[in-house]
Amino acid sequence: MRFEVRGSSEEVRGGGRAGRAGRLLHSSFAPRTSNLILPLLTAAVLLFLWSAAVKITATKIFPSPVAVARGIVQLAEKKLLWAYIGDSLVRVGTGYAAAIAVGIPLGFLLGWYAPLARAVNPLIQMLRPISPLAWMPLAVIWFGIGNAAPIFLIFIASLFTIVIAAANGVRNIPPMYLQAGRNFGLSTPQLMLRVAAPAALARIAVGLRIAFGVAWLVLVAAEMIAVDSGLGYLIIDARNAGKRYDLVIGGMLLIGVIGLILDSLMRRAETWAAERR
Amino acid sequence: MSKLLPFTGIAAALAAWQIAAAAHPASLIPGPLMVARAIGELAVRGLLLKYVVASLFRVTWGYLGALLFAIPAGMALGLSRRGELALNPLLQLLRPISPLAWIPIAILWFGVGDLSAVFLIFIASFLPLTLATMKAVHDIDPVHLSAARNFDLPPYRLLREVLMPAILPQLLVGMRITVGIAWLVVVAAEMIAVNSGLGFLIIDARNAGNRYDLVVAGMALIGIIGVALDLLVRRAEQRITT
Amino acid sequence: MKVRFQHVSMHFGTTEVLDDINLEVAEGEFVCILGPSGCGKSTLLNITGGFLEPSAGQVTIDGERVVGPDRRRIFVFQERGVFPWLTVEGNIGFGLFDLSDAERRGRIAHYVALVGLKGFERSYPRELSGGMKQRVEVARALAVNPDVLYLDEPFGALDSITRLQMRSELLRIWQAEKKTILFVTHDIEESVQLADRVVVLSARPGRVRRIVEIDIAHPRDLSSPRYLALRDEIFGEIGLAHKI
Repeated sequence: MRFEVRGSSEEVRGGGRAGRAGRLLHSSFAPRTSNLILPLLTAAVLLFLWSAAVKITATKIFPSPVAVARGIVQLAEKKLLWAYIGDSLVRVGTGYAAAIAVGIPLGFLLGWYAPLARAVNPLIQMLRPISPLAWMPLAVIWFGIGNAAPIFLIFIASLFTIVIAAANGVRNIPPMYLQAGRNFGLSTPQLMLRVAAPAALARIAVGLRIAFGVAWLVLVAAEMIAVDSGLGYLIIDARNAGKRYDLVIGGMLLIGVIGLILDSLMRRAETWAAERR
Repeated sequence: MSKLLPFTGIAAALAAWQIAAAAHPASLIPGPLMVARAIGELAVRGLLLKYVVASLFRVTWGYLGALLFAIPAGMALGLSRRGELALNPLLQLLRPISPLAWIPIAILWFGVGDLSAVFLIFIASFLPLTLATMKAVHDIDPVHLSAARNFDLPPYRLLREVLMPAILPQLLVGMRITVGIAWLVVVAAEMIAVNSGLGFLIIDARNAGNRYDLVVAGMALIGIIGVALDLLVRRAEQRITT
Repeated sequence: MKVRFQHVSMHFGTTEVLDDINLEVAEGEFVCILGPSGCGKSTLLNITGGFLEPSAGQVTIDGERVVGPDRRRIFVFQERGVFPWLTVEGNIGFGLFDLSDAERRGRIAHYVALVGLKGFERSYPRELSGGMKQRVEVARALAVNPDVLYLDEPFGALDSITRLQMRSELLRIWQAEKKTILFVTHDIEESVQLADRVVVLSARPGRVRRIVEIDIAHPRDLSSPRYLALRDEIFGEIGLAHKI
């Protein structure tokens, strides 16, 4: 029975741990200390090149690293920095939580009942490529100006990833576990709760982390319209309101750093879930 | 019976949508019939083809450009442990930054227009492709590499006869997923920086006269083409890996 | 008669997998179903366990027809069947949800001791060896006090030394608990070491070629003439010379 609810960008978003393959291709083994030194060195070089480029081209608009840092400090002084970060986090958190609440049960059912999945799958495949930003006009009609529209966009974006991950997680449970459960006389709800859920947990955890990454990416799109705070708003508004490219780049860096931190946290949680295998 | 099953989901959704639209005639949101008519209108005005081609054009150039740089970069990083150690943190930092965050920079460097949009798609595709290539290289079965070294293969032959075939299947999956990403971004990019294409259609239809039937028509077209692209790449994937 | 197979046949599509299996298993008997890969022995066990419906014929247990999985007849897979998210205690107590807390704890403790895993109650399966995981699964099966135990090549993934140890363990447990056991294997020696009777199946479609009675008392001497004679008989039945 061919059932295609394809996974999301799992492979693509993978980070890098140099594998045995890499090590086999060159004989030298990089010592431990360069684990930290090398990236720091590279960062320093890049920052230097950046400053140099700004100086050499004598650009009036593109900021130097120092200017960016100053911009962020300025933002903090105006008490906007933490407010913006907070607003963004709240929007992402709400949309994401809603997507979990809806997506996991839905995905579970799709993974469990193959005919249901076959019926719903084309619909999902059709809705998935529609950029969250394309939903914006509808979102504004339904929710007006304010937090609800961006939260809805984040919800939509995360939802598909979560549903697909949950469905795949359930679908790939080793049949042996379900057989054993039935053997012991478990009813279907009991089977879902006591066997299917824990068995699918590790795989679903990965999907949840990826979905959060998606939610974080969509944040910028979501905050481009209908709100007046947040990191995404900062980037767009800083340019529109006064060509403050130092804030634009500052905003981008903040998004990168915070996104990275959150992703690391989720990876910890994911490892914890996988430990119980 | 089971052949029809995949369509029941879409059919049910369309039916529910039509009923909801009929029940709320005052709502701005159109029903499926109105949307279908809107698509027809676009076709008649010659805009349908023009906009679809414009969007596809931008995706293709941005994506191919990214591919050109990402595959060598990804392979280099995958093979060089030092290189990866040095640059990986930077890549991980860039990963959570939405391509759309690059819009101000795109406009600064390329102005408003096609080049900006193509640049955005390039940015959006480059990182995922690089990471996918990197991971594919890491996942090469060490046994194959050992065998190649056992036969004392020169680097050029190693690349052509071992590395590239070995990473191809996984790479194709990454490429397919990135096509999806590029398609998502092109729509968003067009909302900002250009004056043709499906993304532009959506924003313009609303701004220029609250033509929500065109808005939803745009969304439907985006969905359909997105699915079509995905299927196309899947077909190519199957063709190549057999 | 505890378990009775009556004219059990099975085909998947056009492929006939089992052909007219007739067999009777007495209460407390240890019966091995022996055959090469693909002869349908696992299919037969699945039918008996109620996970598959036969194309023809039926299996009855205590006169009652088998129509689905049932707590009274527990399947033991290879050690992969242990639930990785539960501890040893959790696994063994899995089927005991309708007992009181005190009864549960007592039952679990008894079977932990029986399979020799005392001290590992709180361990997770990933911390255990293959043989230990297998014992957890056996304990889990026994804890619900089934009438019949089905074992489908349970020792297949273990190394040969552990396999020998596990066979002794299984026999010890069997003699202590006096369960009816149906044991599927492709290992001739294993069948002669364990079973009261060995049911030799032919290759696809699976038919009962021969039923060999192993009339050696436990513990069985693996070098005794009687053991070797019975073993050779089965070798011959399957058509294998025993000189490599």
